Amino acid sequence: MPGDPVTANLGQRALSDPAIVAQFRAEHGLDKPLPAQYLTYLGGLLRGDLGVSQQSHRPVLTDLAEFVPSTIELAGVAIVVSLVAGVAFGVVAALRRDRLSDHLLRLAGLVGISVPTFWLALLAFYLFFFRLRVAPGSGRIAPDMSAPPQVTGLFTVDAALAGQWDVFASAVGHLMTPALVLAAYTIGLLMRFTRSAVLEVLGQDHVRAARAKGLPGRTVLSRYVLRSALVPIITVAGLAFGSLLSGTVLVESVFARPGIGQYAYKSATTLDLPAVMGVGLVVGAVYVLINLVVDVLYGVIDPRVRLS
Amino acid sequence: MRLWGRLPDAWRRPLAVAGALAALAWLVVAVAAPLLAPHDPLAQDLPRLAAPGPGHWFGTDQLGRDVLSRVMYGARVSIPLTLLLVVLSMLIGGLLGACAGYFGRWVGEGIMRLADLVFAFPTVILAMVVAAALGASLTNAVLAVLVVAWPAYARVTRGLVLGVREREFVLSGRLLGFSAWRSLRVDVLPNITGPVLVLATLDIGTALLLLSGLSFLGLGAKPPSPEWGAMVASGVDVFDSWWVATFPGLAILTVVLAFNFLGDTLRDALDPRTARAIKERAL
Repeated sequence: MPGDPVTANLGQRALSDPAIVAQFRAEHGLDKPLPAQYLTYLGGLLRGDLGVSQQSHRPVLTDLAEFVPSTIELAGVAIVVSLVAGVAFGVVAALRRDRLSDHLLRLAGLVGISVPTFWLALLAFYLFFFRLRVAPGSGRIAPDMSAPPQVTGLFTVDAALAGQWDVFASAVGHLMTPALVLAAYTIGLLMRFTRSAVLEVLGQDHVRAARAKGLPGRTVLSRYVLRSALVPIITVAGLAFGSLLSGTVLVESVFARPGIGQYAYKSATTLDLPAVMGVGLVVGAVYVLINLVVDVLYGVIDPRVRLS
Repeated sequence: MRLWGRLPDAWRRPLAVAGALAALAWLVVAVAAPLLAPHDPLAQDLPRLAAPGPGHWFGTDQLGRDVLSRVMYGARVSIPLTLLLVVLSMLIGGLLGACAGYFGRWVGEGIMRLADLVFAFPTVILAMVVAAALGASLTNAVLAVLVVAWPAYARVTRGLVLGVREREFVLSGRLLGFSAWRSLRVDVLPNITGPVLVLATLDIGTALLLLSGLSFLGLGAKPPSPEWGAMVASGVDVFDSWWVATFPGLAILTVVLAFNFLGDTLRDALDPRTARAIKERAL
């Protein structure tokens, strides 16, 4: 690997002193052969020790515990918004196929998946904070407020638990613009898939039979159409969560939210390897968890999966 | 008029026409930027942060450079690199996927587990780590995107090859004594290129977004290169002057939109089911 954590972390003066470089290498176990370094890491992992960050000089686990909740809040709101808006717009577009509203929604969906997240974040920040002054600025809460007593790390939940409603309102306000920016891509993605899934189901025999029985349109839509269309929608929603995590790096950097995306960026640029691996582990675990949830949901939605 | 009539139905839809025109326009800008750009993109001889107006339609940046000229020259940086990136990932991913599908067993397993490894990470985070490890430069950013982009092609190609591999015409070729390579090239490849091309067209937008995102984070193009992502990043420092970040961002958006329109159209045209549906509606 051409990049070296030593050059990335030590200043010019420290680099010219071989004693300091050797001490840094020994301190972080970089003087041992790679397989030995890996085994040491795995050994630590078994004890719940992810190593010490070379930048913050704190255990990676402590860093992650501080930064992960902020991203959970952001990605959680974004995925809920995406699911509600993406599925609703997709259903409307499918039901109004080839009408003006369908064309406009499809165009909006395409713009959603085509817009650069970092640019949209900047634009939203400029427009809503700087020009219109309807949204708060960067960070997780207003700068003159102090964080609520930590229980979960989620400022919204912690503030509500402590009854600090002004902090709660500030946390929610600070969450809205970045969450909406983050959701733009996934709304577009879910809308496109929902539209095609619903269109496919609309032509199937069981839907036609339900209509022929004289069931009201709303019942046909919720019990027959949406239920059948949900399997592909849930699959895409699971995949969309991955792109949401990608987006957090860019959105958190524009809105200066101290989350896992920012942490990943800082540790990648300084080649803080224990921190990078910590982020990789957390993100990998989230992926596995999301896939598990999606698999369980298949069974809940589709009895055929459950019975087989 | 006769040519228009001969075009497949999918290509006559407004979005397809808009996408083709926009992509063509950007290609022309990329090729003819030196003739079209009103100023030198690197010259710092204009008033600083001048608002858009006659003389400099997109305004000037904090170093007194013309934003319109920089956006135009940016097309020469971003578009060829993105196209190269997509072609390379299609070739590498396609070849590995074809091998995985055709030969199966441990070759296939090995390649697909490697692909799964890449799929287990969010693209931006993995690309960021690779770019940072290689050192921040535009070439390394391209390599980083390549690392995260090839597995999608490998997975799709493998699936397609698995479907074609057991068909009679492939088997009869093998029975006639075709080598594995010849069978793959003559019988299998022509039958799987359509879907892979659709994926590549749709991927142009994604690759450009990722590449400019890396440059925005400071892991790609370095100043004074007129790369669009880096130009948006330079707008962060001068928040009042909205035009510095807005126009390069719009450039990215229009290129990505154009190729997404084209990709959608290509998919509809090549997929017999949707092609028939379009035709039925057109009649």
